Amino acid sequence: MKIRVYRFNPERDTKPRMQSFEVAARPGMMLREALLEIRALDESFGFRHSCGEGVCGSDGMNVNGVNCLACVTPLADLKEPVEVRPLPGRPVIRDLIVDMSQFYEQYRAVKPYLIRTEPLPEQEIRQTPAERDRLDGLYECILCGCCSTACPSFWWNPDKFHGPAALLQAWRFLADSRDQATDERLDALEGPYKLFRCHSIMNCVEVCPKGLNPTKAIGKIKELMLEKAV
Amino acid sequence: MDLQHRHFDALIIGAGGAGLNAALRLASADYRVAVVSKVFPTRSHTVAAQGGVNAALANVLPDNWHWHMFDTVKGSDYLGDQDAIETMCREAIPTVYELEHAGVPFSRLENGKIYQRAFGGMSQNFGGEQAARTCAAADRTGHAILHTLYQQNIRARTHFFDEVFAVDLLRDEDGVALGALVLDIATGEPLVIEAKTTLIATGGYGQVFRTCTNAFINTGDGMAMALRAGLPLQDMEFYQFHPTGVAGKGMLITEGARGEGGYLINATGERFMERYAPKALDLASRDVVARAIVTEIRAGRGCGPQRDHVLLKLDHLGADVVHQRLPGIVDICRVFQGIDPAEKPIPVFPTAHYAMGGIPTDRAARVVAPARHGPEEYVPGLYAAGECACVSVHGANRLGGNSLLDILVFGRAAGQDIERYLSENPNHRPLTANHLEPALARLARWERQGDGEPVHVVKADLRKLMEDHCGVFRDHDTMTQGIEKLRALRARVESARLQDHSRTFNTARIEALELDNLVDVGMATLATALAREESRGAHSRVDFPERDDVHWMKHSLFWREGDRVEAKPVRTKPLTVDSFPPKARVY
Repeated sequence: MKIRVYRFNPERDTKPRMQSFEVAARPGMMLREALLEIRALDESFGFRHSCGEGVCGSDGMNVNGVNCLACVTPLADLKEPVEVRPLPGRPVIRDLIVDMSQFYEQYRAVKPYLIRTEPLPEQEIRQTPAERDRLDGLYECILCGCCSTACPSFWWNPDKFHGPAALLQAWRFLADSRDQATDERLDALEGPYKLFRCHSIMNCVEVCPKGLNPTKAIGKIKELMLEKAV
Repeated sequence: MDLQHRHFDALIIGAGGAGLNAALRLASADYRVAVVSKVFPTRSHTVAAQGGVNAALANVLPDNWHWHMFDTVKGSDYLGDQDAIETMCREAIPTVYELEHAGVPFSRLENGKIYQRAFGGMSQNFGGEQAARTCAAADRTGHAILHTLYQQNIRARTHFFDEVFAVDLLRDEDGVALGALVLDIATGEPLVIEAKTTLIATGGYGQVFRTCTNAFINTGDGMAMALRAGLPLQDMEFYQFHPTGVAGKGMLITEGARGEGGYLINATGERFMERYAPKALDLASRDVVARAIVTEIRAGRGCGPQRDHVLLKLDHLGADVVHQRLPGIVDICRVFQGIDPAEKPIPVFPTAHYAMGGIPTDRAARVVAPARHGPEEYVPGLYAAGECACVSVHGANRLGGNSLLDILVFGRAAGQDIERYLSENPNHRPLTANHLEPALARLARWERQGDGEPVHVVKADLRKLMEDHCGVFRDHDTMTQGIEKLRALRARVESARLQDHSRTFNTARIEALELDNLVDVGMATLATALAREESRGAHSRVDFPERDDVHWMKHSLFWREGDRVEAKPVRTKPLTVDSFPPKARVY
């Protein structure tokens, strides 16, 4: 199978290039395994990866124009030649490895942690199964960055728009019956950019390897803001 | 070379559950904490833990920590240190409540309390009926805990060094830990982190085996650093093979699948665990189930055209239970097998999973090693917690749901004791060029130019070697050959070469440094496995099928120098309750 990968080493290259490799595809082979075979041919080829089963979120990349995790992307599903590029819109450090610091900054900006003002009980804070169910589809995010780097609003205003991943987290804590910082969280999302630059383009939903729906989460935040305003 | 130095109260190497729980405690107490992690923290392998964390909350069935302690001592095949096990089982309860308060989205019962499921080796009333002791967030418990701990560390303003690789520990002439030499992966620049205390929390080394449930990053870095610093590793012969890895691939199918009512069948459709564990059946201890599967296959009762696996049946549980309680397993089966486990059974085979052994510590997570006065003298300022450590709560075999517990309890214990140490030792100790020399030499070694074998070839051979010579069943001849081959392979590492010497995010250089680590922990595993002439827990010798409490009721210690193996006593005395004396282990 013909695989073309994006190459850029800032110590040697002035501009990026695509390099072709031929990999013998085996049944059930994932893209990550093919990239490892490429690395065996050329150890200077760099990409992040670790768990190999779609839970650590290291190997987000752009394959044939779509963001995905290499370790859970079957080679057989891809059209030849397979074009593998770094996640779009982020500065490239080397080959498929991009600088995600701004993405993480946006994540930290939404205070992605439970905030309680009341004293804690001795045992668990009670939460009904229905209240807990509201967190399904929210807490599973693995911070791979596929969604935010597929979002045109994030490309245009990465310093101002929080992006789908961070906003999904914002809603994850707003939706948690144990959290007691609703007003503070909503106030922090006010303004034309942080939340409202989402134009429901839905790229995030399409690419999320965990099947999550940030657009829906963003809609829920907007609803809650309206409720509060009324 | 112009080496930059940074100064911290505590250096934590590794950002999994143990490292982050220690960091959280220290950062919340306003200490200057540096967490060095070779990957972004939420990529740590804790994220992959599926099934849950044990605590005798008694939310579903009656329970208490003393029963949990009994199960853990028995599960350890009586090799676990009973003082540490008591600590872990008592602390489990406040630890889980603390996690819940921090935001972990545990699955819930109708009354709003944390849901608890059945897991292997867990009983009520000292070996009675099956207990429901394992707290879970669906089958994504590790993910839920790791992300929550990272989030709380953001709140506490812990200082993270993301994608920074720890090269070696730094110690002075008196053996006091001074920090570590690390390498910024993005820039390729080395950096000295001077710290008054150092916690090694680097996780396991499953990558030493060809088929394993472990992530690519699990290369035993911290264990090998300890070895190179002249410290021993303890009980390395005990390596757990998880009974249910996806056949031929290795991804884990959580024991929670059996906890929810799943069971194993062989080619004749027989529920074969009835013959091996008539009472506990599929929820017998992992070593028992893993051996049963391999035995079935060796007897020709394996499934598939190659007769090389058995089947895990979940389809009788109903789509609701499977999809709600085991959504991650559904994903794994869909992606890697193309099946829905609610409809078709999953092909499984035992897979290298978890290191019971590691850097010896006491129950405050202080690293201990034999010195002038006894077998357990503190190494000042040095701590270890999590899978890389051996506080010996798992002994010869770990029970499911006890590994998340181990990292959390002893991560926090490390944080606590570091606070005490810092109050008694408020100053940095001097670090000189001499202290740095060995670590810099290790970095420089991979700068050699010229022809030589590539790293990935040597690594692939190592993993095959370990699988062939140190697997589920072991014997003297196979392991003796294995050690010979490993010595030859160690020589090949010396002559291997990197072709790419660039600095910016050079993954090849990191993998070369990891290979050094894998070879050292591989030798520790093989050497101690050959030395222990008995079968106990996960260590199963064909040539010594019985447990031998007279000669082998003791821990092994391995030193890198001369590949030396020694022994030290098991701590059979708990803190406040009576000892559990060794008994035959039946399930």
